[in-house]
Amino acid sequence: MAFFLEGGVKMLIIKLFLVFAKIGTFSIGGGYAMLPFIQKEVIERHNWLTIQEFSDILAVSQMTPGPVAINSATFVGYKLSGFWGSVAATLGVVLPSFLMILIIAAFFVKVYEKKGVKAVFKGIRPAVLGLLGAAAYMIIVSNIVDFKGIGIFLIAFVSLFHKRVDTIMVIVVSAILGIIIYK
Amino acid sequence: MFFDLFIAFAKVGAFTLGGGYAMVPVIQSEVVDKRGWIEKEEFIDILAVAQSTPGALAINMSSFIGYRKKGITGAAVATLGCVMPSFLSILIIAIFLTSFMDMKIVQRAFMGIRPAVAALITFSVYKIGKSSKIKKWWYLVALIAFSLVVFVNMDPILIILLAAAYGFLFGRRGEDVDN
Repeated sequence: MAFFLEGGVKMLIIKLFLVFAKIGTFSIGGGYAMLPFIQKEVIERHNWLTIQEFSDILAVSQMTPGPVAINSATFVGYKLSGFWGSVAATLGVVLPSFLMILIIAAFFVKVYEKKGVKAVFKGIRPAVLGLLGAAAYMIIVSNIVDFKGIGIFLIAFVSLFHKRVDTIMVIVVSAILGIIIYK
Repeated sequence: MFFDLFIAFAKVGAFTLGGGYAMVPVIQSEVVDKRGWIEKEEFIDILAVAQSTPGALAINMSSFIGYRKKGITGAAVATLGCVMPSFLSILIIAIFLTSFMDMKIVQRAFMGIRPAVAALITFSVYKIGKSSKIKKWWYLVALIAFSLVVFVNMDPILIILLAAAYGFLFGRRGEDVDN
């Protein structure tokens, strides 16, 4: 029995690695660019997280060191199968870009100056923007559940927009607001 | 040297909250100003490559600079250094978060945080839209990509591939190719 269980855990760890490698391969643009892929793979396809759990991880990621992509991979991996799960997911998300960077650094540093490659990015850049917009839309729909939420959203957006307030500040203040107004 | 690489990028990983472009000045100060590993001009080239390659910006830069200094092993050591602080901090948080999340006060805090996260992401859409050098008609691609996800639930990977093919076929014409 223990043997089969271990086989199951091993399978899950391999799957975590592969799914996060897929996410790592396509998240061009860094930062939130991996959101749409996490949404598709982790939330919709595999049901490893709910959209709210994922958004909570994003909030935590903003306040901990390092890139959001790494943080979410580590977190999801740990949640699903402990320490080795977090190692597998983190390695998975890092490996594709690591290999690509090695190849570019070794052979063609100027690859992004080629006409054909530039043309490809002319298509990719607006698509990344549209995908991120779709991710934002879905998070708005699931995260704002009442008028208080609309209020916090507007305060946060306006302070980011106008005052250039630090993101950590925005999260801390909204947490305090949440404690005060949600009884 | 390997130890130096690891420490330099562990510092980068440890002291940049929120990731993304917040890390660029820290990398520059560690690698260009303090240690003189890379010239300023080369740093800008590396930044350009790291931005266009999939994955996290800081990780990509650490892989590249590590490779420049000490080959494949250097790249692995630098990347590991950059990943380690966020890996460890999230691991610790993940271990305690479940019990932490059961506390009433934390749940209320997250009720407030969730709409703010939506605002953060919406704001990043605005920022990227403004800064990503998209020429006017190409914004249609963004609109189509958005609609395909929201209304048809198409796989974003497929959308990226289609957009890349579209760019390759139709993106060469006009004087704006050089941008």
